[in-house]
Amino acid sequence: MCSLALFPPPLYSMNNVVCSLKPHSRQESSSKSAFRDHCETLYTRSAGAWRDAGLSGLLNEIANSSAEVPKWLGVSSSCVLALLRWVSSFHSSLFPHLTLSSEEMTAEFSQVLDWSDCAVRGFAWHPHTQKCAVALSDDSIKIYNPKSATTPTLKHRLQRSVAALQWKPLCASALAVACHNCLLVWHVDPTSLSTRPSSGCAQVLSHPGHSPVTSVAWSPNGPLLVSASPRDTALLVWDVAVESCVPLHRVGGGGVTYLSWSPDGSRVLAATPSSLFRVWETRMWTCERWPSLKGRCQSGCWSPDGSRLLFTVQGETVIYALTFTDNPGVPLMMSGGPKAATVVADLSETTLNTPDGDIMVGGEIQSLAWDPRGERLAVHVKGRPAMIAVFKTQISPAFKLLPCGFVQGEAGTEPRLMQFNPNYQHGAQLTVCWSNGKITHVPFCFMSAGNPQPGLGGSPSFPLTQGRPADYNNQTLYTELIS
Amino acid sequence: MFSSDQSCWFVRKVICWRAVASMAWSVLLLLPTTALFVLLSRFSLFHPILWMSECLSLLTSASAIFSFILLCGVVLMVGFFNLEYYTVVPSIACSKIALLGQVLHPRQFVHSLVHCIMGVVVAWCCAFTIGGRYRSLGHPCTQDESSSGPEMCLNEYHLVLLLAGAFIGYSHSLVGVVYNMNYVSFHTMQQYKYLRFKGALPLVVKASAVQALYCLRSFLLLYFFMGYAPRAWICKTLDLSINSSIHSLDSVSSLLDLSLLYHLWISGTFLLLTWYITVLLFRIFVTEVYSFPVQSTFTEDAHQCLPKVITGTQPMILKFLALQDLALLSQHSPSRRLEVFSLSQPGGHPHIWTALSKECLSLLSDLTERLVAHHDTVATNGRAKSQSTGSNKRSTTSSEGSVTSVGMEDMKTPRPSALIRTPGSVFLRSSVGAGLRTPLTTPFTPDLDSPFSSPALRRLTGPLEPQGALSPGFSSIQSPHVMRRGPKLWSASTDSQLNGSPPPSPGPAPSPSQAQLKPSFLVTFLQNRKDQVKNFLAKRMLIMYLFNKLPEASSQALFADSQVHIWALQGLSHLVAASFSEDQYGIVQTTLPTILSTLLLLQEAVDRHFKLPHTSSKPGHCSCSMGDDSYKTLRFALRSTLKTAVYRITATFGGHLHAVQMSAEHRKRLQHFLEYKE
Repeated sequence: MCSLALFPPPLYSMNNVVCSLKPHSRQESSSKSAFRDHCETLYTRSAGAWRDAGLSGLLNEIANSSAEVPKWLGVSSSCVLALLRWVSSFHSSLFPHLTLSSEEMTAEFSQVLDWSDCAVRGFAWHPHTQKCAVALSDDSIKIYNPKSATTPTLKHRLQRSVAALQWKPLCASALAVACHNCLLVWHVDPTSLSTRPSSGCAQVLSHPGHSPVTSVAWSPNGPLLVSASPRDTALLVWDVAVESCVPLHRVGGGGVTYLSWSPDGSRVLAATPSSLFRVWETRMWTCERWPSLKGRCQSGCWSPDGSRLLFTVQGETVIYALTFTDNPGVPLMMSGGPKAATVVADLSETTLNTPDGDIMVGGEIQSLAWDPRGERLAVHVKGRPAMIAVFKTQISPAFKLLPCGFVQGEAGTEPRLMQFNPNYQHGAQLTVCWSNGKITHVPFCFMSAGNPQPGLGGSPSFPLTQGRPADYNNQTLYTELIS
Repeated sequence: MFSSDQSCWFVRKVICWRAVASMAWSVLLLLPTTALFVLLSRFSLFHPILWMSECLSLLTSASAIFSFILLCGVVLMVGFFNLEYYTVVPSIACSKIALLGQVLHPRQFVHSLVHCIMGVVVAWCCAFTIGGRYRSLGHPCTQDESSSGPEMCLNEYHLVLLLAGAFIGYSHSLVGVVYNMNYVSFHTMQQYKYLRFKGALPLVVKASAVQALYCLRSFLLLYFFMGYAPRAWICKTLDLSINSSIHSLDSVSSLLDLSLLYHLWISGTFLLLTWYITVLLFRIFVTEVYSFPVQSTFTEDAHQCLPKVITGTQPMILKFLALQDLALLSQHSPSRRLEVFSLSQPGGHPHIWTALSKECLSLLSDLTERLVAHHDTVATNGRAKSQSTGSNKRSTTSSEGSVTSVGMEDMKTPRPSALIRTPGSVFLRSSVGAGLRTPLTTPFTPDLDSPFSSPALRRLTGPLEPQGALSPGFSSIQSPHVMRRGPKLWSASTDSQLNGSPPPSPGPAPSPSQAQLKPSFLVTFLQNRKDQVKNFLAKRMLIMYLFNKLPEASSQALFADSQVHIWALQGLSHLVAASFSEDQYGIVQTTLPTILSTLLLLQEAVDRHFKLPHTSSKPGHCSCSMGDDSYKTLRFALRSTLKTAVYRITATFGGHLHAVQMSAEHRKRLQHFLEYKE
């Protein structure tokens, strides 16, 4: 069992800041209040309410404008509204998350810490080339490419409250964006010089009842895209090129919040808002249920070979691991999947002694990230202050977890979002988005145990990071027993 | 002989059993559907207990069992028709007239007739089940007790229900043609049959309810205006009299009877639901993955192995399933991949890989050829139309220029002006090839200075005519009748007929020096006449309506069987990517340059195709019909799969691809892929 007490205390030093983004002061709740009332006919308002919020919005609009409508209409719509609320209160007593508004729901289930007041709402590295997309709180997406001078800004009428984004693997241009009530797939031509690609470059994928979309995941080797919404019990599998989708319904859970496709493409983790998550195998699309958690599954990540799943549960401070040992090609149900999850690391609150005094580290876990080589595991810990703990990992011959260090930003900032760069040659590179709107890269330079990097012996001067005290504590803290 | 044997084993052993299993399931599912129908049709809100007991007694009665057996017969018949009429390559009508031809085809006529009769049978069962006023066709007239004779009157409610059944049955058949309901599409995602059925069932219920509503609307309109005819006919033939005390049903007030409407609608929904379920089950069963052995130890099973099966053309479903299996094995099963990469035991030849890759590559290059030909004809057709006849030569040469840039050698064939104007050049090309073999057209020297040339050329284009203007004495004078079937009007329907058939071998290319074309007087004269006739016909609305090409239909027709190409691309690219680590003997390396150049050529052709008008517009989805319109978007799937396939190879091999021999142009293209700039 790995615990934070064995970690080296964090140091403070500057990271290499890549880009700095001003946090937005605008509240995202609704822009309606910013405008003055203007006189529209009841019909126009009702149509708008119907479009924005459906039946309940329409009824609400009619009930509120009792002066303009006949009395019986106002009264009856209030009655129906009350009835609707009463029925939905039953439903939401089963699934409390349904009482949240869409914005709150996105904030609750997003992998970003404090999504609603965060300047950076999403970040995605391109899986094959040095290019990244950043979603900002003003609902625009910027694409940074070191090789080109232009930074395209993507804006779309439907691109509201972006919860997640991901580049399509084996493709240069397609970027999937999880929006308020649809999925957008942008096709950003990498050779184009335009800084504002038109909204004609975006495919809009929407399905009734599938909103807000909180998570998307591309299949690593195919044309499929899965998307999840906490309000929709179905997991949608999209064939993006033909814009068709297959909903996969299963009873229980009340929605799907987070998706993660294993790097080998054989499985998908689907977390639900209740204490249940599913692992789908992608050959025949059958699923395994993992019920009886303490809370909902908050985050998860796969080892590069797809054999191991690490996940965290809301309200707990430990990391669980599941091992899948089936041979590929055989459907999941028939092969011996794991029988129980094991606890591999404990990140409960601990006090560490530093020269500056004791500091508290640890707490609930917000998200997990595993570098593409399977050598570093970054854990985003929610505690006060939030910080990122980094573990060294070894997958074969036995799964090992060793402490590595902490990643902290400038004083007063906390990490909001992190992702490993899949194209870093000299080890692993963690990209962190901070609460002050800065995005930094934290490189971890190491010799890979599996395949040593030739040409690194000369040790060129890589920027020093505080995540590097690799030799501080070399004892193994969690080793899987090979049975 | 051999191929027919081969098709026999697959159809006999697999397809038939799948069809039988699907029919058995649909018969089993008929039971709950019928029970539900009985419950819903006799629904009464105020007497729930009476309602339930009536339904139960009806369901257990002997007569109900008789009508159930009738329904089973109908379902089996529908299943049989599904098996007989299904297709994996949709037939796409490129103009209204072609669609009309499909509808009036004798085969389709049989289909419609049988479905019409089956509709009547189902409606009779429904009428019997609902009971009450619908129960029988005749009832004793009761208006005057004085008349002693047992005179029977027509029960119009029963008649309306039967006619509605016939109408819905016929419209099912008709809509099936228009929306390609017999087209069986394959899914990207594999799912177990039960789960797939469960997922599709709500959609089917919704589709049948909506479709029944639409049919009902049309039927009521029709009955309102034409209802007296069948009524009078039935009365005459069955010697029934019309009860004059009861209003006839073809009036607004009596047709708006809510109970009648409900019963008509629920019967229509029941009819369509049982049939749709049969169709759905058939589709699910027949598209199930079939795992072919990669190699067999016994020679008598050799014809069932993947490399043999994949090269056959008939039946199409076999080829489709074989390619699907190839795509799946290349993706999911390392053990079967190893068999593909293995060498033959005596001799050490990679026979399996060679056969598989050859077939995939030939499929892909066929598509390339088809696309280039289409693009060529469309581009030149558009240009030639806007120009005067005299400048045809220029357009010919310019089209040559664009073609040579594609690098297709056989496309350098210079075309005389008359040929260029005819689209559907896949067909054209085969006709050229055929024409070259006949002695009549041996002097294929398009020297238009000689007065004989233009009739010869006419003869070459002659085979485009459907009703065989193949006669050797085909004169140079074009009748307006022939001209009407002029180039623009027919083009892609010939394409669609050709889909799936083996590619026409291009005729031997004449030397480029023969490209010196000069329009003769005769040609000019004919062109002028042609334009005049065309203009004359263009002013007639109906003809233009019938013959005008539907937008994007030609593009759809080009890609109608592209599911095969998609699988070929997936299979090839996954196998090549896997060979990086799994191919012990390096057999894939020898084919790698060919594979890459084929993919890049296809990529270029597809890119060019998507620049044509009407190709990049996505068709709207109609979710409320059972017709599968996934063929409309196959070209997008192909484009994306193609790009992914090239990227899969470049991402796996990376810089090693620099060592592969290829032309400079392809290398440049590949470099773009390596830098992720496509």
